[in-house]
Amino acid sequence: MPDYRTDAGALRALVRETEVHRDVYTDPGVFALEMERLFANTWVYVGHASQVANAGDYATTTIGAQPVVMVRDHTGVVRVLHNRCPHKGTKVASEVCGNTGRLFRCPYHGWAFRTDGKLHSIPLKEGYDNTGIEATAAAQGMAPVRHVREYREFVFAKINDGGPDFETYFGDALSSIDNMVDRSPVGRLEVAGAVLRYMHRCNWKMLVENLTDTCHPMIAHESSAGTATRLWKQQPEGTPRHPAVEIYAPFMSPYSFYEAMGIRIWPNGHGHTGVAGSIHSNYSAVPGYFDAMVAAYGEDRAKAILDINRHNTVYFPNMTLKGPIQTLRVFKPLAAHRTLVESWTFRLVGAPDQLLERTLMYSRLVNAPTSVVGHDDLEMYERAQESLHSDANPWVNMQRLYDPAERDQETAVTNGTTEWQMRNQFRAWAKFMAPA
Amino acid sequence: MNAADLIGFVVHEARLIDEQRFEEWLDLFTEDGRYWMPLEMGQTDPVLQQSLFYDDKLLLRIRVERLLGARTFSQKPKSRCHHVLQTPVVDESDAAANRYVTYTPFHYVESRLDEQTLYAGWSRHHLTMIDGALRMKLKRVDLVNPDSAFGNIQLFM
Repeated sequence: MPDYRTDAGALRALVRETEVHRDVYTDPGVFALEMERLFANTWVYVGHASQVANAGDYATTTIGAQPVVMVRDHTGVVRVLHNRCPHKGTKVASEVCGNTGRLFRCPYHGWAFRTDGKLHSIPLKEGYDNTGIEATAAAQGMAPVRHVREYREFVFAKINDGGPDFETYFGDALSSIDNMVDRSPVGRLEVAGAVLRYMHRCNWKMLVENLTDTCHPMIAHESSAGTATRLWKQQPEGTPRHPAVEIYAPFMSPYSFYEAMGIRIWPNGHGHTGVAGSIHSNYSAVPGYFDAMVAAYGEDRAKAILDINRHNTVYFPNMTLKGPIQTLRVFKPLAAHRTLVESWTFRLVGAPDQLLERTLMYSRLVNAPTSVVGHDDLEMYERAQESLHSDANPWVNMQRLYDPAERDQETAVTNGTTEWQMRNQFRAWAKFMAPA
Repeated sequence: MNAADLIGFVVHEARLIDEQRFEEWLDLFTEDGRYWMPLEMGQTDPVLQQSLFYDDKLLLRIRVERLLGARTFSQKPKSRCHHVLQTPVVDESDAAANRYVTYTPFHYVESRLDEQTLYAGWSRHHLTMIDGALRMKLKRVDLVNPDSAFGNIQLFM
């Protein structure tokens, strides 16, 4: 087994033009390097500003393996702090979310910090007189993550100083966030409904690859979406369309549908399915919604916003969102073989409640640990995680619709069944993991 | 309706699940019956808050049919499950309104391959009498840890 930490050539060799070595999914050493090189040098999604609406509101999460807390400070700015007491390392904020008032206070020795992380007070402080404590990291308070960017209330952070700036990193990929926000007549989203948390015993990248894998739904989801469609056809004629069947049925669309849907490739591993339309294009109209959009934007602009029905947009490395149904998923890497999937749902502020009802139903039926669609997918990931240990062939193939010319093409719109976006992700992966 | 009938219904309902007699189990629901598992403690809204399950009869039927499917790969091999119920308590018994509610703390194990996972919670059966038989208008299942991250939950609690 090569030492990937010291052997850059071996690390680079894990990613070929159309194949990747199984160690990218199974090797704990590669996983540790991903935390250091990929998750610390890219812009990682932290949360949504509506989770911390008021001063002192906070939400705890992770960037890669590192615990952080997103907090709105007392000047109204959203900050991301390392969730670690600078004294002994204790986790300071332990709840999933809450309001800390004017100060964070470490529960161990009572060190207190302002909401921007700066040290406020230490009990029995004279014990540090003339010790030179001022010069230490301990006296600096809860360290802020230095690079935080709020884009239309979506909060991203980059831990290291190196790496691309926010606009360079995401570029046109931000247009999918724009479309999701623009779908609110007042241009605002709020996190609504509790987060669904789904544990996967597989590598986080399998989930990200699956986002643009359009050749699996009609096979892997035959059991769920196929059964739903079949049962629905047995209902008496004239039965009103069941909202869940409207969600399930498009999964069973033929290959030609997915080919025509299209995939768009962006630099740095970003991309999306559903250029010309998607499985989200034909949901029933919700009374009052289009009128509210026309009133807000005018008819042409309202139509233009609602005509964009992108499927999954990959915000590399580990976030995806669906604008037309207002869901967002984060694939939190816990170990090489362990990933926590969080599914967040949003209310379009100013839109009818029925849209939120559909958003919640979609997420519950497709992304929950109780979702039959989720069961179909997780079974495939866990089988792969297990059988990648076979030595018969250490390579995982992603060659569909490969063209050597794509290497020089940073942006493209192409056939919706291509595996180009998976290759695009691994090219970005290699760039951050083993820079030439 | 006496307490023994209500308690007997709850025990029978769990047994149908454990024995995977799902067609009979579905028949225990009223046509507008729901199977609800909230995502939050004390949750009151199943529509504009998120839940783990909020299934009507069609959605339950899709699950049941799926479990039998030849290409249901997450059931190859199949899951099994096991309930342990505390004696149900009758919380409401209103014959005039034809409304009965029971409260049943439970442990539930779901097992597949080499894993078995323990869940604990409280079931509330909202029952009504139709054509001389008790039926579920609502089975509400509150887990002790609905906010925990779970792997697949493929059967019914």
